Amino acid sequence: MTASIDIATVWAFIIAFAVFVYVVMDGFDLGLGLLFPLFPNRADRDVIMNSVAPVWDGNETWLVLGGGGMMAAFPLAYAVLMPALYTPMVAMLIGLIFRGVAFEFRWRTTRSERNRWDIAFAGGSLLATLAQGIALGAILQGVHVEGRHYAGGWWDWLTPFSVLTGLALVVGYALLGVTWLVMKTEGALRDRAYHLSWSLLFAMLGAIGAVSIATPFLHVQYAQRWFTWPNVILTAPVPIAVAAVTVLLLRSLAAKQDYRPFFLTLLLFALSYAGLGISMWPYIVPQSITIWQAASPENSQVFMLFGVAVLVPLILGYTAWAYWVFRGKVTPGSGYH
Amino acid sequence: MFEGWDAVVLARAQFAFTMSFHIVFPAFSIGLASYLAVLEALWLWTGREVFLNLFNYWLKIFAIAFGMGVVSGIVMSYQFGTNWSAFSDKAGPVIGPLMAYEVLTAFFLEAGFLGVMLFGLERVGHRLHFFATLMVATGTLISAFWILSANSWMQTPAGYAINAEGQFVAADWFKVIFNPSFPYRLVHMVLAAYLTTAFLVGAVGAFHLLRDSHLAGPRVMFSMAMWMATLVAPIQIIAGDQHGLNTLQHQPVKVMAMEGHFTSHPDGAPLILFGWPDQAAGKMKYAIEIPKASSLILKHSLDAPLNGLDTVPREDWPPVPVIFWTFRIMVGIGFLMLGIGLLSLYARWRGTLYQWRWLHLFALAMGPAGFVAVLAGWFTTEVGRQPFTVYGLLRTPDSASPLAAPAVGSSLLAFVIVYFIVYAAGLTYLFRLMALSPHHGEQGPPRDQPARAAGITPAAGVATEGSAG
Repeated sequence: MTASIDIATVWAFIIAFAVFVYVVMDGFDLGLGLLFPLFPNRADRDVIMNSVAPVWDGNETWLVLGGGGMMAAFPLAYAVLMPALYTPMVAMLIGLIFRGVAFEFRWRTTRSERNRWDIAFAGGSLLATLAQGIALGAILQGVHVEGRHYAGGWWDWLTPFSVLTGLALVVGYALLGVTWLVMKTEGALRDRAYHLSWSLLFAMLGAIGAVSIATPFLHVQYAQRWFTWPNVILTAPVPIAVAAVTVLLLRSLAAKQDYRPFFLTLLLFALSYAGLGISMWPYIVPQSITIWQAASPENSQVFMLFGVAVLVPLILGYTAWAYWVFRGKVTPGSGYH
Repeated sequence: MFEGWDAVVLARAQFAFTMSFHIVFPAFSIGLASYLAVLEALWLWTGREVFLNLFNYWLKIFAIAFGMGVVSGIVMSYQFGTNWSAFSDKAGPVIGPLMAYEVLTAFFLEAGFLGVMLFGLERVGHRLHFFATLMVATGTLISAFWILSANSWMQTPAGYAINAEGQFVAADWFKVIFNPSFPYRLVHMVLAAYLTTAFLVGAVGAFHLLRDSHLAGPRVMFSMAMWMATLVAPIQIIAGDQHGLNTLQHQPVKVMAMEGHFTSHPDGAPLILFGWPDQAAGKMKYAIEIPKASSLILKHSLDAPLNGLDTVPREDWPPVPVIFWTFRIMVGIGFLMLGIGLLSLYARWRGTLYQWRWLHLFALAMGPAGFVAVLAGWFTTEVGRQPFTVYGLLRTPDSASPLAAPAVGSSLLAFVIVYFIVYAAGLTYLFRLMALSPHHGEQGPPRDQPARAAGITPAAGVATEGSAG
């Protein structure tokens, strides 16, 4: 069964990759919704919406790939985690509905109604982000499994830790959103985004710190993974790199650079994500189900691997092209084109 | 709340509700994407402005419908896990890869090119924009291919084995994908999507012709839609008939329910036109029937024997009244579509296609017909699969998540409330757009310009970085 072990590992990285691409792409997208209350000016809001309108749909497709891919490659994990995360998942879906339709609806309405869809956009983004962060925390703290089923209650996910990760993700997405605005906008809007990015960055660092400190207390295995010799050699570079990226990010904000803050924030996300991976590995449902136990039969995983190998590079290619077509700064009020 | 309810019934209600609201949008966008590709091709080929106006007119409607399809589709893709986790565990190794291929080959293609299709005409030029439109239209068809393959496998499972954990595994992927009912279902559904769109387009055209029969755009719309009705409705009736014969071969119990045959007919079964199926008593009340006609349609012989539900154990019966009635609604609409197609042909011959008010009123009334037929047909086939999720192999109660009724009931209630708010608004905006007539110089989806082509062009290296985000 050595071959299937390898393929399960490959698939674990593929799913992790899909979820990460989702987090960074829909992250700034949801982050813009979180920032909406801070930008009450109608013209600003139009610019913010326009900066993602052509790409938001593609961003959310990665979420469908994450879910669908997990059902296909790790059906047992999907079958255990979804009922365990029942309420956060339903809340996330409802949040995504409200913010998704707002992209089109807000242009179809009178002024007062547009305000309503702006609230739907902001509220939906907040609900979806909180739910995703809470789900992450709930996965990390582990769920009650018996046989091949989830065996806990439908409120098990709600703990102080999961609330902490929920809030941490809100801060993180908001920082991604604000640095996206720095990159995509001009003038007073960009200045305001700069201003906000400072406080959000410090909040983000606080959130990373809090989650990092709390995680080892969840399971003794997490603590051993991070703090015992010789693991430390492998794990220590992560916090060191976080510190280095933070310094670079502070300097690029001080220098008022356009592109760097966003990409350095992405790097912060990548490092935090790597940290999560280090904690969880090789479990897909922490401390109960490993990736090998959850893996679907080898021929299912191999069948999809062909598709992924050919199609994902292609998808990344034309997605990059779509971003390229809509590159550059977004400006307000130049009328219909 | 919901204490004492049956969690499986609530989960089924939730799936039926969210699916019904979802399916109408893909059905519409499959047809509309192809229609938009045709309009743009006609514009590029003839250079006539009316086609561009129509393209931009329907593009705005497409943007709203597509967005609503996307958000309601994400709900579907997670519902397998939340409410049907046992199904996901057992059937995931077979169904999952099909859905993953749908995401990889279709959803990304649609999403990737949608932005350019909606906002990119001025940025990328006509040819590349047409290419984007074609990619979106192709994406919708590829999506139909995979999701109908997965659905058909649940109806007529093939090419599988069952492993030690009780999971379905693929023994032969080709047989899994091209399972016995798939080709029929695919053709029937894609034609249904085309007809659905055609009838909506025709109704909008008719609505504006009723007010002014000289309008160029509505004339083109109406004429194109009526050609679709004339040509595609008969093909669809044949395709539906073939699909029915395929069902008789692989899921005879479903056909018994569709026909309302509670009892067996050893020497020719009657075609029950209408009646009141009494599931508990196991008989058809007040039946109006044509003797031996059912045997003629299904077996091409007046005296061919047909088994009834009396040959099937009660616990394997699907809910007959739902299947019986939804099937009649679908078939009835199919023949109305054929009728209007023939009437329009007569009107063309008389030269009154754009002046015949009764035809326009008929077409206006038929606007939602495709949607109703699609929903009715899906109810027939999906309810006809009961009481199984994987036909004959995995029972519905054995597929559900280990959740208590309050959880499933609350989420159902939440979805009902959210969908009514969102769909009411969405339909209002769609009607508002359709109430306007396409006009000279019609614009695409309004944006105060999504991004700027001229002006600051970022340095090449940085911009490449930007495209990776």
